[in-house]
Amino acid sequence: MTNKTMPYAIELRDISKRFGAVQANKDICLQVAAGTIHGIIGENGAGKSTLMSIIYGFYEADSGHIEVDGQRVQIRSSEDAIQAGIGMVHQHFMLVETFTVLENVMLGAEGGALLKQGIDAARIELQRLAEEYSLDIDVDAIVEELPVGLQQRVEILKALYRGARILILDEPTGVLTPQEADHLFRILKALKEQGVTVLLITHKLREIMASTDNVSVMRQGEMVAHRETAHTSKEELAELMVGKKVRLTVNKDEAKPSQVLLSAKHVSQFDSQGVKRLKDVSLELRAGEILGIAGVSGNGQSELLNVLSGITTMDEGEIEFAGETISAKTPKNAAQMRDLKMAHVPEDRHKMGLVTGFEAYEAAVLGYHNSAAYNGKILMNRQAMLDECKTRMAAWDVRPPNPHLKTANFSGGNQQKIVIAREVEQNPDVLLIGQPTRGVDIGAIENIHEQIVKLRDSGKAILLVSVELDEIMALSDRILVMFDGAVVGQLDAKDADERTLGLMMANAFTDPDSEQSNEKGAAV
Amino acid sequence: MFETLVLMLDATMRVSTPLILAALAGLYSERAGIVDIGLEGKILGSAFAAAAAAAVFGSAWIGLVFGILASVSLAMIHGFACITHRGDHIVSGVAINTIVAGLTVTLSMHWFGMGGQTPALSGDARFLEITFPFADALRDVPVLGLIYSDLLSGHNILVYLAFLMVPVTYWVIYKTRFGLRLRAVGENPHAVDTAGISVAFIRYRALIVCGILCGLAGAYLSTAHNAGFLKDMSAGKGYMALAALIFGKWRPVPVLFACLLFGFLDAVAIRMQGVVIPGIGEVPVQAIEVLPYVLTVLLLAGFIGKAVGPKAIGRPYVKERA
Repeated sequence: MTNKTMPYAIELRDISKRFGAVQANKDICLQVAAGTIHGIIGENGAGKSTLMSIIYGFYEADSGHIEVDGQRVQIRSSEDAIQAGIGMVHQHFMLVETFTVLENVMLGAEGGALLKQGIDAARIELQRLAEEYSLDIDVDAIVEELPVGLQQRVEILKALYRGARILILDEPTGVLTPQEADHLFRILKALKEQGVTVLLITHKLREIMASTDNVSVMRQGEMVAHRETAHTSKEELAELMVGKKVRLTVNKDEAKPSQVLLSAKHVSQFDSQGVKRLKDVSLELRAGEILGIAGVSGNGQSELLNVLSGITTMDEGEIEFAGETISAKTPKNAAQMRDLKMAHVPEDRHKMGLVTGFEAYEAAVLGYHNSAAYNGKILMNRQAMLDECKTRMAAWDVRPPNPHLKTANFSGGNQQKIVIAREVEQNPDVLLIGQPTRGVDIGAIENIHEQIVKLRDSGKAILLVSVELDEIMALSDRILVMFDGAVVGQLDAKDADERTLGLMMANAFTDPDSEQSNEKGAAV
Repeated sequence: MFETLVLMLDATMRVSTPLILAALAGLYSERAGIVDIGLEGKILGSAFAAAAAAAVFGSAWIGLVFGILASVSLAMIHGFACITHRGDHIVSGVAINTIVAGLTVTLSMHWFGMGGQTPALSGDARFLEITFPFADALRDVPVLGLIYSDLLSGHNILVYLAFLMVPVTYWVIYKTRFGLRLRAVGENPHAVDTAGISVAFIRYRALIVCGILCGLAGAYLSTAHNAGFLKDMSAGKGYMALAALIFGKWRPVPVLFACLLFGFLDAVAIRMQGVVIPGIGEVPVQAIEVLPYVLTVLLLAGFIGKAVGPKAIGRPYVKERA
């Protein structure tokens, strides 16, 4: 295993880290050859991010050590990591949004107590980096006005500007369109050619297979396997990740859509600044089908969910649901929509789906807390809530099955199960579900997908919003694509492929048959 | 008429000085992400320490040093609570205000036995007015003479220092490395931490600057504007400075104008005391004194757009748990 003749760009030896009772990393060994792209794959909660945080000096390991270029290094802070030539592109960008690109790149490497001389030097260096790695960017742009793809580029430039020879990217494609992601991988290849070592952390098998030289698999805090990418397969990696056979597609029968349960007609909505966030959206949702809404996040999907679920009021148009007409003049709030048997699993379970300070059994009744089942004459019926929570936890395989645990302390997948169980168990007619598997590990994804399909087969209508194309394609019977608040494309799931959807998501799809997308394309 | 205006502007400068110093103090603190409702307490603490030391040592300068020391110590307590122990900024600030309000009077009674005041200061124990060269000779030149001799000349050194601090602050905040990091830490401390810079160290340094400026404001009140410490003599100036800071959207120059506006209204209030306006009668002083606050509320409520503060303000920095 060890190769003493050529030092590795980075080598980890027996790294262990414990947070209270949780062993986040256990005896991790890793060797990354210089000038390669090395993938680290594992489910959420497998300890990938903790390991990277240790390399970047956010945490200190309890035991073990790190070698860079064959030299043992002590990394106690991000400063030490930067000194050792390690740069990191975080999953949530570490950018000051109100600063310009230049200011962000300079922060921490200003080159003197006054900014003036540093600014000139930074301009020249950024120009050089832009040419060398094809990382073009307007250095005077304000970061918050840039699209996410470019913000990520700023992060990469930040690391390179500090002289990073080892670049860690933590789940870099989560927020990107397929085209932006492809561009990112081209940049990574260019970096590799210049001798930069890249560590790519992801849970997406496709990216590992497409771009890495070697891959290491983590499971439950341990490094379980190292493979050359050329000598492995998606299936093997998936199996190593979860420790059992999984299928990457959802088993489902042909949909049998019947009557229309919900129809939205020309729905538009403005935000508080008067910007039109939803533009003339019309859709029909039938019993027994899953309608997928694809799109890069921030193109009106959230607003659509909010309007349909009654959280916000539309400004134009109307919705027909359960024999009622809902419009700007006759709005219904979220509780009233619930009473009409519409359930909603919000996109962000922390902000809208759960009260993270609540215990599981309390979180499991949110939104239905006035239901007779949970209430006595005056006080709430705590025992009934607890009993039901326990039953659901068993049925949905929520771990640990402890109704008294604070929801914040469950893993992402288990939190999501609590939310979905709460909504589905009310037996709704229509289920709106946003990002059902965001931050959820593969084992739980499978479980959640199965439940969604089961609900469809029982004749319910499901509206699925997801930024994960794989998920949209695997689950949906019909797909609508949103861009800039409007529906720019519609297709049958069996006709959908990644390229078409990706182009539609970027509103770059020009198909002579599809007038709608042309029209919208011209209007934007 | 012109003479009246010059006199009122002259008074505006005097009244605005502590506001400017305190508002700039708040600017350093809040731009670094630390809410500072304790400006009031720091001003009061400094006013007492400066007056007490000036009375004992007979020197306004020694008083100033003690005033600054007192104010910086209070700022460090705030820092210890908010930065090191990630406490609530408002709670810590209010606690400081409350403690200082009681402590100054108690100590003052214990040391000086004058019912909560310090001995009246005179001579070197106060900052005296500086008369510009030829100020008396030029007074008779029309317009400009009056402005030079009465408006610009004849203030004490702290007044000039306060106005000088505005361009200095602008330069520090926008043109230096410290300023860049300070602004960054108030917007996104995670970005600063991952860039290899200590968030806590930047914030502590910002609070030291904040303490020094509040120290100047307090010393001005008790050893320049007045001749000794009086119970509760800060009289809400810290809160007003905070309002000016928000009004000026956390930017040095707009903050200066906000302070001058508030100072001017104060000067008007003093001027209007007992003046009878035909048709209306005597305007109650309180009606004018309340204007800065009403104005802040009204303007913030919609006329100047949204006052967007530093994004990470008031939130303790905790390294993310992966």
